[in-house]
Amino acid sequence: MQPRSIARRRAVNAVISAISGLAALFGIFMMGWILYEVIMRGARAINWAFFTQLPGPPVSSGGGLANAMLGTLMMTALGAAIGIPIGLFAGVYLAEFGRNGRWATAIRFVGNLLMGTPSIITGVFVYTVVVVTAGSFSGYAGAIALAIIMLPLMARTSEDILALVPNELRESALALGAPRWRATLQVIFRAARNGLLTGALLAIARVSGETAPLLFTSLNSRLWSFTLAGPTPSLTVTTYTYAMSGYATLENKAWAASLVIILAVLSLTVTARFVLQERKR
Amino acid sequence: MMEGTLPRETVLIPRAQVKEPGPPMDAHQGGRGAKLSVRGLTFFYGRNQALFDNTIDIPENRVTAIIGPSGCGKSTHIRAYNRIFELYRDQRAEGEILLDGQNVLSPETDVLDLRRRVGMIFQRPTPFPMTVFENVAYGLRLHYSMSRGEVAARVEKALRDAALWSEVEGKLDNPGNALSGGQQQRLCIARAIAIEPELLLMDEPSSAIDPVATAKIEDLIESLKRRYTIVIVTHNMQQAARVSDYTAFFYQGRIVEYGTTKQIFTNPVQKQTEDYITGRFG
Repeated sequence: MQPRSIARRRAVNAVISAISGLAALFGIFMMGWILYEVIMRGARAINWAFFTQLPGPPVSSGGGLANAMLGTLMMTALGAAIGIPIGLFAGVYLAEFGRNGRWATAIRFVGNLLMGTPSIITGVFVYTVVVVTAGSFSGYAGAIALAIIMLPLMARTSEDILALVPNELRESALALGAPRWRATLQVIFRAARNGLLTGALLAIARVSGETAPLLFTSLNSRLWSFTLAGPTPSLTVTTYTYAMSGYATLENKAWAASLVIILAVLSLTVTARFVLQERKR
Repeated sequence: MMEGTLPRETVLIPRAQVKEPGPPMDAHQGGRGAKLSVRGLTFFYGRNQALFDNTIDIPENRVTAIIGPSGCGKSTHIRAYNRIFELYRDQRAEGEILLDGQNVLSPETDVLDLRRRVGMIFQRPTPFPMTVFENVAYGLRLHYSMSRGEVAARVEKALRDAALWSEVEGKLDNPGNALSGGQQQRLCIARAIAIEPELLLMDEPSSAIDPVATAKIEDLIESLKRRYTIVIVTHNMQQAARVSDYTAFFYQGRIVEYGTTKQIFTNPVQKQTEDYITGRFG
């Protein structure tokens, strides 16, 4: 029996650590590069007018994307107002009532499928069901598409978070004579509050950068739209069209729009992190 | 408040030396004095039968201890009394549990009202994620509509009765889970007695708590039994001997022996009971 070479073991160890270290560095590097490019190129086009004015004529360097920001805000807000409560209560059903029943298993499976559905398919679906039926593109259709994307995300995170609440807490609320719904809303929700809030923020962050589901639903617009009734501009679709336009001025605006989206998503994610930290204390 | 409490060093059967309650089977005969009568209770976890033909009478205003080795069905048994097991769909109880003559397991029994009458304390303290005050007020608001002043008065009374008032008086607005483990458990007791249940179930209430806090809870049990009928599950035989008037010994889902605590600990009839209390198994 020959002892294995120590030198060889050390060499293999060094190689594997180096490979995994490099892979990690590469990931961080790409993220950093994207951020760097977006900030460098986007910052140039960002000024007060960018946040307050309508888009100017294509060749001029003036104007802004205030209408697109408002559109994105309104559609995300309405989408969240629809998708988050439904997703939340679906999660409540799965974690509190359905558990391992046949219904719950089926719903969980469908939820996973929905979560894996490419968002452009959601867009086409809403186009067929809402836009074609209503006869026009609208911000409502866009918000519905975003809500459909948020729904399974919210259902999954809220189920996971509620499952973390210890059973003893459930039992002691019920043992006091609380009906199931009160135990859930007043005790279990409170115990899971930070986790649920984080889940909602992450769901919003996820959809606020979506383009595909809005392409066929809210379309775009160069004008203000203060309601969601007609075609509604959004930062993401505007970024998409401007980036493809071939005009340097518009391309700069696309970079600036990207910067705004990235910063918004980043701040939502950081807020979510912060909320989670609070809970650990 | 503490009268009748013996020094804790007295290991064996001090409670029974203090007082000689009649045999529990008094209650068995006519039901008089029995707060709760269990008749032929069986229990299933899915296909596994956990309790076999349990029959027992729980006398009113007494402390009944349930002892036995781990997994013998002690907790399962009392979890049938308030139907808390119904939270889990694969669990099922059969037989009769008569609370003042009314079958708890009958579908006609309103489970929310049942749980108002039968309170429960769990192994781990379970303060709700709200303030000390709101914890105790929670059950009150569930079952009664009363003025703010009355809620406050009843919360104070429950906290006093749970021997916690002096420790939390100035911190009613602090979160309940900021209290120490022993305080949390007494908070849970305050929460349970605030709604004035008739029967108080305690499922190993001090097994997650340090000895000093345990002593306080045992004193509390002593003072509470004047108003409540108490059933306590414990794996700690000294505790059963200290706090209870009657003791039931469970083994493998069956009630092997039931009698006064003094009789069970000094003169057990069954060989299994004797082996268990002398520490030969379990």
